[in-house]
Order: sequence, then structure tokens, then C-alpha cells
Amino acid sequence: MVAKRKKKYESGEGSAYMSRRAALKKLQLTLKDFRKLCILKGVYPREPRKRKVAQKGATGIQTLYSKKDILFLAADPIIWKMREFKSHFKKVGRARAMNNQDQLRRFMKRHPTLPLDHIVKERYPSFIDALRDLDDCLTLLFLFSTFPSLKAVPRDHSEMCQRLTMEFLHVVIAAKALRKVFVSIKGYYFQAELRGETITWIVPHHFSFQPQNKSEVDFKVMSHFVEFYCVMLGFVNFRLYNQLNLYYPPKLTQSTGDELEKKLVDENAYVSERIASLNVELARSGGNDPVEEEEQQLDQFVLSDNPEQMEKMRKEIERTRKLKTLFKGLKIFVNREVPREPIVFCVRALGGQVSWDKTLFVGSTFDEDDETITHQIVDRPSMEKQYISRYYIQPQWVFDSVNAAELLPIERYLMGAILPPHLSPFLDETRDQRYKPPEELELLGQEVPGLAKKAQNASDEESEEEEEEEAEEAEGEDEESENESSDMDDAEGVEEEEEDDIDAEEKERLEKKKKMAVTRGKLEKEDPSVERREAYSEYKLREKMIKNKHRKLYKSMMEGRTKRKKEAWLLRKKRKRIEEEETAAKKAAKREKKKAAAALEA
Amino acid sequence: MRKNMATTKSASKRKLEKVEQNGKSNGLVTLNDQEESDEGDYLQTISDNDTTDDEGDQSGTEESDGEGNVIEDNETDDGEDDGSEEAEDESEDQSEDESEEGEEDASEGGEEDETESDDSKESDLEWESEASEDEVIKPLKIDKKLKSKAQSHSLDARESNKTSSKEKTIDISSSKNIESQGSEVQETSKDEYESGDTSDEEDIRNTVGNIPMNWYDEYPHLGYDWEGKPIMKPKTGDTLDFFLKRMEDPNFFRTVKDPQTGQDVVLSDRDVELIKRLQSGKIPDAAFDDTAPWIEYFTSDVMKTPLRKFPEHKRSFLPSKSEAAKVSKYVHALKMGWMKTRKELAEEAKKKREKNFYMLWGADDNSVEEMRRIENHLPAPKRHLPGHAESYNPPAEYLLDREELRQWKKCQETPWKRKIHFVPQKYKSLREVPSYPRYIRERFLRCLDLYMCPRALKMKLMIEPEDLVPKLPSPRDLQPFPTSMSMIYQGHTDMVRCITVDPKGQFMISGSDDLSIKVWEVSTGRCMRTINVGGVVRSVAWCPNQALSLVAVAADRKLLLINPGVGDSLVIAKTDILLKEEPEDSSAIPERVKAAVQWEQAKNEEWAAGIRIIINHFKEIRQVTWHGRGDYFATVMPEGIHRSVVIHQLSKRRSQVPFSRSKGLVQCVLFHPVQPMLFVATQRNIRIYDLLKQEMVKKLSTLSRWVSSMSIHPGGDNLLVGTYDRKMMWFDLDLSTKPYQTLRLHGTAVRCVAYHKRYPLFASGSDDRSVIVSHGMVYNDLLKNPLIVPLKRLQYHEPNNDFGVFDVIFHPTQPWVFSAGSDKTIRLYS
Repeated sequence: MVAKRKKKYESGEGSAYMSRRAALKKLQLTLKDFRKLCILKGVYPREPRKRKVAQKGATGIQTLYSKKDILFLAADPIIWKMREFKSHFKKVGRARAMNNQDQLRRFMKRHPTLPLDHIVKERYPSFIDALRDLDDCLTLLFLFSTFPSLKAVPRDHSEMCQRLTMEFLHVVIAAKALRKVFVSIKGYYFQAELRGETITWIVPHHFSFQPQNKSEVDFKVMSHFVEFYCVMLGFVNFRLYNQLNLYYPPKLTQSTGDELEKKLVDENAYVSERIASLNVELARSGGNDPVEEEEQQLDQFVLSDNPEQMEKMRKEIERTRKLKTLFKGLKIFVNREVPREPIVFCVRALGGQVSWDKTLFVGSTFDEDDETITHQIVDRPSMEKQYISRYYIQPQWVFDSVNAAELLPIERYLMGAILPPHLSPFLDETRDQRYKPPEELELLGQEVPGLAKKAQNASDEESEEEEEEEAEEAEGEDEESENESSDMDDAEGVEEEEEDDIDAEEKERLEKKKKMAVTRGKLEKEDPSVERREAYSEYKLREKMIKNKHRKLYKSMMEGRTKRKKEAWLLRKKRKRIEEEETAAKKAAKREKKKAAAALEA
Repeated sequence: MRKNMATTKSASKRKLEKVEQNGKSNGLVTLNDQEESDEGDYLQTISDNDTTDDEGDQSGTEESDGEGNVIEDNETDDGEDDGSEEAEDESEDQSEDESEEGEEDASEGGEEDETESDDSKESDLEWESEASEDEVIKPLKIDKKLKSKAQSHSLDARESNKTSSKEKTIDISSSKNIESQGSEVQETSKDEYESGDTSDEEDIRNTVGNIPMNWYDEYPHLGYDWEGKPIMKPKTGDTLDFFLKRMEDPNFFRTVKDPQTGQDVVLSDRDVELIKRLQSGKIPDAAFDDTAPWIEYFTSDVMKTPLRKFPEHKRSFLPSKSEAAKVSKYVHALKMGWMKTRKELAEEAKKKREKNFYMLWGADDNSVEEMRRIENHLPAPKRHLPGHAESYNPPAEYLLDREELRQWKKCQETPWKRKIHFVPQKYKSLREVPSYPRYIRERFLRCLDLYMCPRALKMKLMIEPEDLVPKLPSPRDLQPFPTSMSMIYQGHTDMVRCITVDPKGQFMISGSDDLSIKVWEVSTGRCMRTINVGGVVRSVAWCPNQALSLVAVAADRKLLLINPGVGDSLVIAKTDILLKEEPEDSSAIPERVKAAVQWEQAKNEEWAAGIRIIINHFKEIRQVTWHGRGDYFATVMPEGIHRSVVIHQLSKRRSQVPFSRSKGLVQCVLFHPVQPMLFVATQRNIRIYDLLKQEMVKKLSTLSRWVSSMSIHPGGDNLLVGTYDRKMMWFDLDLSTKPYQTLRLHGTAVRCVAYHKRYPLFASGSDDRSVIVSHGMVYNDLLKNPLIVPLKRLQYHEPNNDFGVFDVIFHPTQPWVFSAGSDKTIRLYS
């Protein structure tokens, strides 16, 4: 019996992949539908190990999907739903074209819906998986919550996004899960820790919606994502509320009535009501706070074999513990020019009380003239009426305090002060090659090169200048005195010559004695530089013993390292230059001031 | 009189205007006063009239009655009765004037006189009513024949005036209507058009239409008649005439100019009274009773008896059976849920629209339900978190300066080359931060990445580069080894190519390009002897036999065996004696050997210089090496092809050419320290021959281009090979024909390698002027691999042409190493 001849691409890499065109043919879908299906089901192309084989010898680069993924898509009932959609739209289109209003209305009533619940469960087998993938979801939903209704984005989308994101913020507040905040030029980055998972999302700045060029942004694609993410976040929210013993859905707005209508009437009022709802505790469904229990458990069960790691973990736990009560007992009043949503969220999430001008926005809990207010957040250079009993600070104080996990001294954040730089809390501490600006080093409690010097400079500056002036004045006198002294020296020399003959013998004796004297031996110290050089050369030789296999890798790694070093060096240099320029400018200004004062006096 | 009536209705207002105008234009105070007082009178009369309502009413009704009867005739009035009328009017006016004057005086006198004036007013009214009665009666006397006569001019004017002013004085005409209504109520049978107040009957002579008549102010005519002839303005008297007229004419105050015709029209008493009533805001018709009880014909009250005569049908009282059936059907459907109310439907739709969330996952956070999922799912990597540069208030050094910004902008076409994908910005306060224009685009790109970007699992290296460097013992633990230069042997005038140390380690011989060899005392660096050999010395080798004081020197084509004459004098003498006599040749030397090599005893001069034996070769000798016993030695002539390796025996002064065929360009040869084996290095390979069995034992492939030198470990199991392509190979002869380890310690070609005889050290010299001393420990345990640790790099030779170190050799007993360099020196490192 002859064995069957093996054909090319029938097994292995060649048969494991499918080009997009083949997938479309297999699924009998249009590209548009296929795209939507892929987005909803979370199917993505794969990078094959051997592209040439995977493409069955085709040249160029194809989009390759795993064959199993495509079969998986084919098995989902949602594919039939999509076909249903297609026929439905055909019917609707026909009715519209025939101007058959009755039929049209009937069809519209029976509009099919896409059930996505099972897909959520399928894509995220466990709740933790869903939390892990929440970053993109939240970022997109927060963006869409600011959108008006567009052609590709129905109005109920943005409405749903608003509801869900608000609910999520409430969870974070209730769980006291906020960890880090960063105000970037792109938006507010928030980082929270829920069930041990770190979730980072971005909330865009105000007025984030701008009409986009069609070639730049396809809202349809984004809207498919949002469609899925809405369902996902809904389930995640439900779960989180449940775990925190909170009712779901929460009642966020006090007043009843159709939210949509209200929004249509007055967008601003609607938004302010949403923010106001952040200021209200959610209704609990009984039981004590689960957050505290969890905390206690953590303290006991942290164990690790690596002492360094253990120390790190301990620090982290300490930080979170501090964070949770960071703003406790503070009463913060937010002035009207400050963007309220992030501030209210931060303060509330970390245990503080917030309020705002009640005449402008609803939901304020206390008035501006409340004497118990500890801090008032202002974002303007000055204010007419100020209370002595409270600090007037700029909003950056709140964010920097959250990142530092302690209430920073307010001196540098006072109203009208030039703010210290706002630093990113997300940078990895372990990377040594990274440039750390002096402000960051200061925060970390490390020694800042040149800072001590600077402080000294600052204290000495005035005295120095005075000295300088004195020196300038005294210069003329000095020259004269020097001349005098040189004259004196000459005179002394003459006298000495006369004495020489007398003491010659004595001197010789003394010299001899000196030569004979036992001098103290010197301890020979090892030069550290020599040692360092030696170690370096040793290392260099050892470096040559790297295996051939690793040689290139090592080289590229070292190149990267030198590159990073260079970048850090450049930044350091730039910083130095800027600082020098600043001090020079300051000095010049001071000098001019003095001159002007002198001129005035004259 | 009727004529006057008609005019009043339309022109009563105008008259007042005119009167005022007159007053103004003429500046006649008295007249003016009079007019004013007139007005005042009117007012008074109004107030008084209230008291005398009842009487007035009655008289009014009478009047209207009379009027109503008369109007028909009135239409056909002519100028004649006008004249009589006027006459009467004049008299009336006069009397009125007088009374008014008197009244005026009275009013001037005080308020107490009011009653008086009231009286006079009353009388006035009475008088008027009489006059009207007269009017009514008069037309009856008019001859009807006169009707057909040509109508007078004044009448024409009156008629036309009436139409033109009709619209302007709506209030008046309406009041007239009311008046006529009042009469209608009483006499319904009367024709409402009898009065002739219809547009059909309007006699319009002037055809200019309804235009402001002042357009004709400049012209002599007023308009055009039906024939198209201009209607000339009537002659107006001058101011004197006017004055006289005013003075004389008692009707002057009621004379009005008709703008349509330019004629003067005298208003009748009725007209005047009407005007008065209108001005006082009363209903124009004095006879109208505005307080008469209202008769409600259709009321909201249910009447006791129906208006319709027939009763309602019975079925209108009984509930409909068919409807009841329908209702019960609906109710049943609603009950059964087959039908839904609109409210329910709306709620249902809303519910359908709203997403319903529930506990999707199991109770445990990590619980996983079995279901079909994506095979081998690769979760998408998270976005990078932002650095300081993205802050809204970054440290100053992160902001781009002008040059950096230019660079950034230059990469518009190639954005991936940018260091950062955005321009860092600094804002003084939070409220100034605008929205990021590329935000939506960035989110979109992320979406694209999520569903379009191919994913693959890439292992990420979490190691530091230092981890790749092998962990080796510290050189400090591997001492002793040479660490620093301790001696320089200077004296040669050209590059030193080769060196050799005597077996005891007391002396050293170096061969140089200056055609000489020098004998050095190692410990002092003193040059003991210099022997001129007459050729470039490429190789020197001290005889390992300690009983002989002999050095083999390869100078060009000659191999010289030289007694350096240093060291033990007994040995020197013995060597001389031994080499003085040529041994007897028993066997004949084969031809091919003879052609290659000839032995020659040194002559006098040469003998004196220390040269004992000269072996002439047919090609340039590159290397000479001794066998461990000191009897055999081999020379290499790379150009000798198949005769490139020659083995000489000193005791018999005989040579052999071991190979009959060339295997390549021979670089160097080496005797095994203990076994009868010869290592022959060609350019790429090293062949090991067993000298007894006359066969090749092994072939080592170096995997390099060009072998330069080799050295064998004193144990004989390890071979070190240096190559011109910068590598050194450590061969473990027991293991494989491939190198056990390849060392790339040097940056340039390796020229020489050497093992120490006692210490586990080896050294290599290269063109980069450096000597690297390494630790090369070979263990007796066969399972343990040799340990190779580079220890020290010694770079003391000065640069001279392109070469660096030509030769390295270890001291036989001490951990010292010598190196010969192209800078004409030899250096000792200890």
C-alpha cells in the first residue's frame, strides 16, 4: 500500500492560520460585519512564527487569523443575530422607500437587539480577568460620556456611559480604592486598586469632544467597542456593588423624572447634578464595611521569603493605609473656577468632605462662610474676601498629596504661588537609568545633588552680595596696602642678611639634626581611583568571556543603557543651565533694583 | 340742514383742527379764547347732560324719529333751502355766541356762576332741539320738482367729501352706525340703506382718488372730473376777506373747508352736537339707551321645556350590547395578557432598552466556568503610563527648547522617529489646561490596535546586562600571576620578533629584525652578548636539554645552533666538545631531503661568534621548535609546500621530511611534551600525527581563517591556538575536535600564545600591544572542565608601526612573563 502523498500547507503552521479574506468567505459576512464581530468577540489577528509558511507562500504581509478563532466565531449564535439585523434593515429600508409608515413603525418596534452577556463571560472567564482588562474600557467610556449624539454614536450610548462611569467612580469612593492621580495635558489619570488589580483610566479635560476628520477617526469602530464595554462595565459594577454591600443600581440623582429629558433641557445642570451625586454616600444593604476587614487580613498574611520584597510590600501596605484616611477630617471648599469633578472624586475617595458654591451648582453640603472649613481650593491669583481660619491652596496640592500619600506642606501651593512641578507617580522606581528631576529626589527623600548647596546659597546670597560690594569698594585700598607691604618685605630682607653670618653654624647644626630625625611613617592608603580602575579593567576582561550567544544581546542592552544615560545626562545638563539662567536673572534684577534705589536716593 | 348733517359726520374733526389752525395762524387771541371756551363749554355740557338725561333721551328719540322720516327727502335738498337754513343758522349762532360770551364772563367771575351757565346751556339745548324740529319740518315744503334740477355745487362737494373722509373718521361713522342701529332697533321695518350712506351711491366728481390732497397744493386745480377736465380750486379770499368773514359771518366757527373740493362747508347744528358728543366720549346718538336691560335669547340655564318637540329614542338611554361585548373582549384580553395598554407597552419597551445586569460570574473572584473560549488567548498589553513630560506642569527641563521643537516638527512625516509623541506644555494653573486635540485620535488608534494588531507572545528579558557576564572567581583568589611590568630589556635597534628563556630561567635570548640575537640576564636586564646572525631572526628556541647550552636560531634560510656561552661553564665547554666533531654518517641521505636541507659545521669566525652548526634550508624558516628531550627539533618553512616541515636530529645531524604531500600552508609545528606526537598547524586546521605509527591521529578544526601560533599545556591534553582573526581557541584534546572554548580577549590579531610550565597560567600577545595573562586550570578529574579566567591585561609596549607584541614566553619557574614587541624592547612582567 502506498502512503498518501503529503501536500504542502496541510499541516502545521501552514494550516493553522487563515487570511482575512478566507475568513470572510468562510463566515459569509461582509467586512463591516466581520469587524464588528471581531470587536465584540475579542478576536484578533495573530503573528505567526513562520510568516511565509503561514501565508501559504504568499508574498507581502497578510492579516492572519488563527483558524480556530474563526471556527469559534462561526459557532457563536451572535452571527445569526447579525444576519437577522441585515434582513431587518433591508425590510425597514424598503418600508421607508415605499413610505409605508405603518409597516415602518411596526418594524421599528421589533428592532432586534444583540445579546452580549454571554460574550462577556466568555471573554472574561473570571471576575478578576474582567478587572484586569478594565483600563481600556474605562478610558473609552469616560471619553464617550462626554460625546453628543453623532451619526455613528446613538444618544443612549453616551447616556449609558455617563451612568456606568459614574457608578464606577462611586465604587472607587466606597472602596477607598484610589491610589494615584496624575494631571497630564491629555487628561486626568486615575489609578485605583480593586480586588488587588491595578486599574488606570484617563478622564479627558473639559470640552474633549471635537469633530474629527473622517480619515483620522472612525466613530463606528469606537462605538462597537463602547457597545461591548458598556455591558462589561455594567456587570463589573454590579459585582463590585454587591461585594461592597451596596444596592445596584444606585440612586444617584435625588430628583425623579426622565434623566434624558432633563439633560436635553439643561446639560450643565445635569452634569452638575452628577458631580453632586459624588458627594453623597451610597445606600448600603446592611453589614459592616468590608474594606476594613480586608485590611486587617492583609496585615497578617503577608509573607514572603525575600526580605527586600517583603519590605517593599510592607511599605506599600503602609502607603495604602495612610491613603485611605488621607483627607479624613478635612473640610474642603472648592471655588467655582476649579474643575470640580476630579477634585471632588479625589477628596471623597480618600475620606474628605467637599462642598462648593451653592448658588452656582446643586448639591453643596456646606457654605463658603462655614468656619470649620480647613482648606479652600482656589485657582485664581488672589481673592478679595478671605477667611483666616482656612488655607487657600491650589488644586495641585490635592493631587500631589494623593501621590505622596501624605498631606504635603501647603506653603508651596498657596494661592498665587508659583507651583512646584507636578510629577508623574507612575514611573518605575527600580529603573536606575532614568533621569529623576531634583523635585522627585526630594520627594523620595534622597539626597539632591546641589540642593544643599543651593540652600546655602540662598542664605548666603545677601551676605555674599554685600561682601562683593565691600570688596569692590575695598579694592583700591587693597592695592595700596599691598604696595606698602612689599616695601616692608624688602627692608626686612636687608636686615636678615646681616644676621646670617652669626647664625650660620647654628643653622647647619639644626639642619643636620633635622635630617637625622626619625620621621613618622605614613600609612599608605589605597587610592580608590586606582582600585576602581582595576575593577573596571577586570570587569572588561570578564565581559569578554560572555558567551557568543549572548554577545549581541549584551551589546544592545549596554547600548540602550548608554543611550538612557546620555538622555538623563542631557536632561540634567539642561536643568542646570536653566537654573543658572534663573539665578543670573534674579541677581540682575536685584542689582538693578538696588541701582534704582540708589538713583532715587541720589 | 341735511347737507350740514352729512358733513359733520365726516368733517367734524377736521373743523376742530381747522379752528385751531386758524387760531394759531392768525394769532388772534380773542378768537382763540373763544374757541377754547367753546371746548370748555362742550365739556361742561357733557357733565351737565348727565343730569338731564331723561329729557334729552326723549327729545333725542323724537328727533331721530323725525329724522328717520325725513331723510328720503333730505337727499334731494337743493341750494335754496340751504340759504334759508344758513340764515337761520346765523341767527342761532349769534345768539349762541352772545350767550357763550356771557357765560365766559360768568366763568371768569367765579365758580358760583356755574349754575347760571348751566341754565343757559339747558336753554341752548332746547333751542337746538327746536331748530332740529324746524329742520325736519322744512324739507316737507320743498318742491319735489326741483329734485330733477341740476344739483348744486355744494351738494356735490358734500357727497364727495363724505366718501373720501369716510375711512379717516371711522370712529365717527361707527358712532353714526350705532345711532342708526338705535333707530333700527325701534323701527326694524325701515330700509337700512335709505339714508343713502352706501358707497354705491357716492357721487364722486373728483377722480384723483384717495390721495393726500396736499399734493395739489401747488396747482390751481384740485383734481379731475369724469371728463378729465381739471377741477379748479375755488377762489379764496385774501386775509382781509378772511378776517372780515370771521368778524361778520356768524357761522364762521362751523364753516369747514372741504379739501376735496376746496369749498367752504357750514356744519349744521346736528353735526356740531354730534361732534360735541364724540369729543366728550359719549355715544353719538343721544337717543341710545346704553343702560337698557339685556334680553337673553339663548341662556346657559336648562330650560324646563325642550326646544325640540320629540323625545329621545330609547336606545339612547340603554347601554349598547355590541359595545359591551367588545369591551368585555378587551377586558378579557387585558386580563390574559394578550393585549397591553399603552403604558405597559412603553414600560416594556423601556425595559427592553435598558440593560439588565446581574451576577454574571460565580461567587469566587477567580472561579472559572467551563465554556468554549478563544484558543490560547493573548491579552493585549496595557498602555504605557505617562512620565513627567506629560504633566500639565512638568519640570522645566522637559519642555522643548527651540532646537528640540524644530527637530520635533521636522519629523512630521516620520512621527515614529520622535522621542516623544507630543509637545510638552506647561500651564500656570489647572483652569488654563485645554482639552488635548489628539485625544480622540489616540483612543481610536488604541481601538485599532486592540482589534487589528497581530498578537504574539514575546518573552521579555527581565535581566540586567551584568547577568550575562559569566560568574568567574576573582583574580585576587587566583594569584600568583604577573600584575605589573618590572623590567625592560632595551638594546635592539629593530623589532624584536622572538624570545626564549633558558631552562633554568637565568638567561633570555631575543632575536630581532636587526639581524642579531641578544643574550640577556633576566634578573638584571643586562645584555650579555650580541651575536650577529646575518639574517632576520624569526624564531629562537633554547634547547630544553639542560646538559647542553644550545640555542636554535632561525635566521632567514639558515638555522643556526648557537652556544650562547652563558651559564654553567662546564656545560658550555661540554657542548662545544660535543658539537666540534661531526658524527659518522652511516646511511645515505635521501635526495629530496638533501635538496631541502644541508648540515654544515661552523667555520672559525662563526665558531668564535658562538655558532656551532649551520643548517641551510631551501626556503625561509619561520619557526623552530625543540622536542622535550632536546635531541630532535623541527623547522617550518611555510613556502616549502610538501617539504615545509623538516625534523632534525641533533645527535646524528640528520634531517627528515616527514610529509610527502602538502596539506596546506603550514604555520607552525609543536611536539607533544610526553608522547611521540607532532602537531602541525595549517591555516585552518591542526593535524596531530603519531610519529611512531606514522599516521594522523586527529584533525582539529579551528573554525578560523588563519592560525598564527599554538601552545600545548604541559599536561599534554590541552592545546591553545591563537589566530590572526582575534580569537584564541582552547582545545581539550580528549573531548572533541572542536574548541572547548573560544576566547576573544584581544581586539586585534593574536600573534602568540604561551602556557606556563608550572603555574596554571597562559598568556597571549597581540597586535594591540597588550599581553593578557589568564588563568587556565586543568583538573586531574576528567569530569571537570578546565577553568579559564582572564586575569590581567598588560599593555606597556609603545606603539611602533602596526605591530604590537610578537612573542610572549613564561619564565620556566617563576610566574613571570616576557613579551617581545615591535617597539624594540622586551619586557618582563612579574
